[in-house]
Amino acid sequence: MISEPKHASEPSYLEYKGKHKGILAWILSTDHKRIGLLYLYTIMSFFVVGATLGLLMKLELIAPGKTIMEAQMYNVTFTLHGIIMIFVIVIPGLPAVFGNFFLPIMIGAKDVAFPRLNLLSWWVYIAGIILVLIALFTGDGPPDTGWTFYAPYSFKTAGNMLPAVFGAFVLGFSSILTGLNFIVTIHRMRAPGMRWMKMPIFPWTLYGTAWIQLLATPIIGITLLMVAGERLFNIGFFDPALGGDPILYQHLFWIYSHPAVYIMILPAMGAISEIIPTFARKEIFGYKFVVGSTLAIAFVGYFVWGHHMFTSGMSGTALFAFSILTFLVAIPSAIKVFNWISTLYKGSIRMETPLYWALSFIFVFMIGGLSGLMQGAVAINVHVHDTHFIVAHFHFIVFGGTGFAFFGAMHYWFPKIWGRMYDAAWANTGWIIFFIGFLSLYGPMFYLGLQGMPRRYYDYDESFHGGNILSSLGAIIMIAGAMVIIVNLIRSARKGAPAVADPWGGRGLEWKIPSPPPLENFDEIPVIK
Amino acid sequence: MEVHRDDEGSKIGMWLFLFTEMVLFSGLFIVYSVYRYLNREAFHQAAAHLDVALGTINTIILLASSATIAMSISAIQYQKKKQALALLTATVVLGLVFLVNKYFEWGEKIGHGIYPGSETLASYGHGDVLFFGLYYFMTGLHALHIVIGLVFIGFVIWYIAKDRITHDNFSVHENSGLYWHLVDLIWIFLFPLFYLIT
Amino acid sequence: MENSSHHIVPYRVYLIILAILILMTGISVAVTQIDLGVITIAVALLLATVKSAFVLIYFMHLKFDNRMFSIMAVGVFLMIGVVIFVTFLDYLFR
Repeated sequence: MISEPKHASEPSYLEYKGKHKGILAWILSTDHKRIGLLYLYTIMSFFVVGATLGLLMKLELIAPGKTIMEAQMYNVTFTLHGIIMIFVIVIPGLPAVFGNFFLPIMIGAKDVAFPRLNLLSWWVYIAGIILVLIALFTGDGPPDTGWTFYAPYSFKTAGNMLPAVFGAFVLGFSSILTGLNFIVTIHRMRAPGMRWMKMPIFPWTLYGTAWIQLLATPIIGITLLMVAGERLFNIGFFDPALGGDPILYQHLFWIYSHPAVYIMILPAMGAISEIIPTFARKEIFGYKFVVGSTLAIAFVGYFVWGHHMFTSGMSGTALFAFSILTFLVAIPSAIKVFNWISTLYKGSIRMETPLYWALSFIFVFMIGGLSGLMQGAVAINVHVHDTHFIVAHFHFIVFGGTGFAFFGAMHYWFPKIWGRMYDAAWANTGWIIFFIGFLSLYGPMFYLGLQGMPRRYYDYDESFHGGNILSSLGAIIMIAGAMVIIVNLIRSARKGAPAVADPWGGRGLEWKIPSPPPLENFDEIPVIK
Repeated sequence: MEVHRDDEGSKIGMWLFLFTEMVLFSGLFIVYSVYRYLNREAFHQAAAHLDVALGTINTIILLASSATIAMSISAIQYQKKKQALALLTATVVLGLVFLVNKYFEWGEKIGHGIYPGSETLASYGHGDVLFFGLYYFMTGLHALHIVIGLVFIGFVIWYIAKDRITHDNFSVHENSGLYWHLVDLIWIFLFPLFYLIT
Repeated sequence: MENSSHHIVPYRVYLIILAILILMTGISVAVTQIDLGVITIAVALLLATVKSAFVLIYFMHLKFDNRMFSIMAVGVFLMIGVVIFVTFLDYLFR
């Protein structure tokens, strides 16, 4: 802790001067660390947009009837909130930011396998975002279908669907390229002596994630192309008037979009599995089980998509099969929770901001996961389908899971990325405000949903008013917490105290090199004993 | 930063990309099999509209082009540049002939008013609408892949001519072959599904 | 990183495989001209599967490459198969 950072033989990746200057030195850089930060800055900018849209929805729902917007405006708002949050933020999320930055370092490589392809992925990602933005500002108004683009409405609505659909397609392509790059990197570029079962957990979860990105994303690609075909040529794939089956659209959509949930949560679990052992000063408990459950989640998660469609008119056999499979996928997730708790047990715990995030992650993930298990039962699912219960559940998983892990990873690796420490007092203050805001924002939705308040309406019955006031106040508190966190991080990245190479006593390779890392990470490739 | 060359890594990358292509088409195969199951009779009747002879010729053309590109990879390893170039050119020619046949086939169907959204097709009933919707979508997407493959092979020819691909550095050539075989592989399934099962 | 020496496949092998593939195309065309109902479909798809196996094993070099490629390819096909199977749990019993 007291030793000064080692002076690297070459400048850090932040200071390195290539053949380009200014912003070009970033947006044309093939360095995996700079690309990781490009993703981070893009994601954070759009997080502000997505969160603002979410806040507007909560303000609309603070009282029954029209508060700040009309019904159509509300439809557009939740659609954009969904598209931006899912496709632009959480799906690239941890893999694109921390995966890009830390995967090569953690396995002892100088870069990913295809650095130029990596840069291309970011550009493709930006192109996808631009297409989505075009949908907003051209044509007969923005999309209003929800982020699921359900047929047949998605090719009947007057909203400007085509650019949004192509945008999602292009974003998927970027996700595929990142996954492809990571798999080849992990197969070919592990440092000498780093056998598969010696690889840290975070790269393992990225490996599982990358396979899902690779094998699930093309399905949404082709499905969105078919929707585009419907709109352009009136083919009839999903149009009942021409013999098509809209439920088939739902199958195809969820064959991708359920595994996509695991694209979001697996790397989050990986980050948590790095944070907890570091601050408990122990090895992770049951390494093989954590690895095995990662792969099991990736595999079983591929075959549970139908639980999004329990009320859509599937056969009874399918209901039964999907319900069983859904219960199965909960087992490996639970194994992970037990591993985290066991790692903490009798550990020499050091409470720092990343651990606060990790512990609150476990708390909200448990609530989200168990409420998901409830919906895996067909009878309960029919009762709560399309209510605020669902909204609460997936925000506990996607935001409470991935989001908390993202902030945790952000603070954990902050000293390594920028070579400076964040202000711990402000970071902890931000966390507690955010956590309280989060619980009061989404907690009441469970209750409202069980009472029967449907989702995706701008209006509601007077009897739901109390819970909605609490929820909307929670949104304001949470946004305030997020502002404290982000302002603190930005300030600290510029003015924080210099960080040593290993401020937390971490064991991974990323803590063996200077903060911030030099351009090529390692002077010489490490050999693992 | 030194240039890092890893042929095996590139090949894994190419295979992974091919897997995404397979999954992409498998989405369409799911749609096909579901609608075939739901409209068995109509699919039988509609498939009879397609010209089996033309389909068979195109199948043989694609199989032959797959063999020539595979042989060209052996040729480059034998350091026989001229043979490699000739075999690749043959592949491109065969690919173009396939596209020309496809053009006439589509043209003939469209001439009879069979295309998505047409009144004639709609009057045939739901099964035919779905069959020909899938026919155009799947063979169209396949043809798009042929075009991409031809451009890819065009680059390979250029590189060989410029000696940028040689007997000890032919990873790009090998990967273009893999891509072309995938196009063939998909056609192997498209052919019976649309032309034969009548 | 080793760029291992490649196995060079003689032209003859490819030509034999091509002949087999064309032959099998002929058989599948001939068989499907006879209406055997469900069996026609099964035969046509079976032949297509065998043909694609030839393409994968010889043209795409799975036979000569690291076994990892074969494992991955088989895994992907199995996965696609299971997805189709699970989808049909809905349609077969609706």
